Amino acid sequence: MARTTSIMLAGVGGQGTILASRVLAQLLLNEGHDVKMSEVHGMAQRGGSVTTHVRYGKDVDAPTIAPGQADFMLVFETMEAARVAHYLKPGGTIVANEREISSLPILIAREEYPDDIPERLERRGIDVRWADAYSIADNLGNIRVENVALLGAFSTVLPFAEDAWKKALTQVIPERHLKINTAAFDKGRQLGKK
Amino acid sequence: MKSLMTGNEAIARGAWEAGVRFATAYPGTPSTEILENIAGYDEIHSQWSVNEKTALETALGGSIAGLRTLCAMKHVGLNVAADPLFSSAYMGVNAGLVIITADDPGCHSSQNEQDNRNYAKAAKLPLIEPSNSQEALDYIKIAFELSEAYRTPVLFRITTRLAHGKSTVAVGERVEVEPREYVRDVSRFVLMPAQARACHIALEDRLAKLEDYACSTQLNRVEWGSRKLGIICSGVAYHYAHEVFGEEASYLKLGMSYPFPKQLVRDFAAEVDRLVVIEELDPFIEDAVRAIGIEVEGKSLLPRVGELDSSIVARAFGKADDETPVPEKVTGRPPMFCAGCPHRGVFYELGKLPVVITGDIGCYTLGSLPPFAASDTCICMGASISAGIGFQKAFGIMDPENPRRAVAVIGDSTFYHSGMTGLLDAVYNGVGLVTVILDNRITAMTGHQENPGSGYALSGQTAPEAKPEEIAKAFGIKRVATVDPYDLAQVKKTLEDSLADPHPSVIVSRAPCALLKRAAVRKPPYYVDQDACRKCKVCLKVACPALYVEDGKARIDAAVCVGCGICAQVCRFGTIKQIEKGGEN
Repeated sequence: MARTTSIMLAGVGGQGTILASRVLAQLLLNEGHDVKMSEVHGMAQRGGSVTTHVRYGKDVDAPTIAPGQADFMLVFETMEAARVAHYLKPGGTIVANEREISSLPILIAREEYPDDIPERLERRGIDVRWADAYSIADNLGNIRVENVALLGAFSTVLPFAEDAWKKALTQVIPERHLKINTAAFDKGRQLGKK
Repeated sequence: MKSLMTGNEAIARGAWEAGVRFATAYPGTPSTEILENIAGYDEIHSQWSVNEKTALETALGGSIAGLRTLCAMKHVGLNVAADPLFSSAYMGVNAGLVIITADDPGCHSSQNEQDNRNYAKAAKLPLIEPSNSQEALDYIKIAFELSEAYRTPVLFRITTRLAHGKSTVAVGERVEVEPREYVRDVSRFVLMPAQARACHIALEDRLAKLEDYACSTQLNRVEWGSRKLGIICSGVAYHYAHEVFGEEASYLKLGMSYPFPKQLVRDFAAEVDRLVVIEELDPFIEDAVRAIGIEVEGKSLLPRVGELDSSIVARAFGKADDETPVPEKVTGRPPMFCAGCPHRGVFYELGKLPVVITGDIGCYTLGSLPPFAASDTCICMGASISAGIGFQKAFGIMDPENPRRAVAVIGDSTFYHSGMTGLLDAVYNGVGLVTVILDNRITAMTGHQENPGSGYALSGQTAPEAKPEEIAKAFGIKRVATVDPYDLAQVKKTLEDSLADPHPSVIVSRAPCALLKRAAVRKPPYYVDQDACRKCKVCLKVACPALYVEDGKARIDAAVCVGCGICAQVCRFGTIKQIEKGGEN
């Protein structure tokens, strides 16, 4: 059976992981792949953790990624990187946003935000490429494009041309938001190349 | 080029292509988007029903009247609709009727993970299970043909992974289907005992014919690989099995698993050395295989609980050579009330009272979690009021002089769904339950669906607006109050007044969901006066995503705060203030 590649996106409800996964899926379809994409709605939307599983190849079977099987991960929040780390395949790559969003136990001062996430991921032997997508979005004047900036950084780890990404962005993002999103993608991609 | 569709989108598309003219549902994760997508097709009249029972009865009426009709609900919704479900099998249909049950293995958004394939067997209905979006689309069309050919409703079972998972789909075109003439037939549409007995005989006869169909239909197919291992599977489990075993096994993939295709299974079993069933949740297929005297493995290797994935399947059969990766221990990220949520203040006040709080199904189920720790129960839709009656009665029986008090808390849509009958029960039985109806003007939990109180229909057109206060008064409740949930003093006083009354009472807490765009009112955010903050952290008891502590002092994230003002009312030192319009903090 032809090999299937697995990409997991993880973040916090409201961070725009779904838009990023839609752009990714569109790109993969354009490139002629079979694609399956799985996400769970519901309670997760109220500030909970969210993940999207994207798998592509010739004929994709399972709609979800099992622990230890993700080739790539795109993580939108620091603590979430640790939460999903065990899904990564040995030798796999995580592109993670340097962004800390406090969860309920931290907001109500029962726990503190962990300050050792990068070290813990390093101890697991994981290749994490940290990116500050928030600053890119902030500098562009709209923090909502943080997701596409991060996608830009992630785009460098996959074997697809820049034009292919741009085409997918054009297909998924409404015309009136395209300019700032393209700018965010470009900045992110520059960051990813470093 | 093929497009990516969720299972729910594919079902909507398949229904449209199948010439469906009418569709009903009550929203429930993971089924909600089926009707939302169907509403986009002009040829199909679609409506939110008040609950799943009314949805199925309405759909059955539509089918008997002559239109191809679809009815969708989540798995626990079928419990509510079980009464008409069983009758529908006896009477059968006129035009095609397909009932979608969206099961939730893994309890992603449900109070249980019941396996609704068992309903097909219990109610004696044909059961169809697609494995991906393309099959969802194709099988819906077959389901309508089957429904009309055998005059039976068809139960169409999907799971969360299929409902919300996207896979590639090639679409077709709509084929118009002429309405079927309605002919009065009391021999099957009036289920009095004499008719019902005859209907049951006809139903058993139909099941035998459907089993023949199940043995020959394209829905059930054999894929030959190695004959050392034979795998029987259905639904998404087929893809997990195929991912793990590929050509190293043969597959009997059941797209129609009830009535159970016995001969097909016997023939398949005879060709393979080892026979296993790979299925999620209950051993539905496995038990049926064993019942015909064939040796089979299944749940002795695979879990009955939760979703499967390819790793679980691989490990069950010794196909994985590595250890299961151990997750990092990380602080949890449970869902929480949004900034500006109208439920926040009500639960803050309720949590301080020495009462038992019977909760219900909706965003406000979160009121049971810290720091509110208010609600004591969440049973099923509408149970807040009826279980509250039970608590209040029992407390009264145990301590007639000074009974502990119960307060039921229920959302607007849940109240219309199945809370109203409980409220009438409280009045009828004279139980002094306090019922709080959280009217946030929308069915919020499932993603903002209209309901009988919201003033709009699924089509987007305006609809008559039910008023919980008027319903309560019509039922004979004397103490009916309306409160602004952003006014904590008013909420507190009204709760105290109602608890002082030994008769049943209702408090309607009315304010739109903070995420409801059409009702959005932009208010300036609040800030914490850093010089005045005394680090007491009382404000953290309202658990707002905008409120956090830095260097011991409370702070508010102005980008998240929507200016609801609950935290400012909780602060005892007046240090939380609203930014004046145009000014700086």
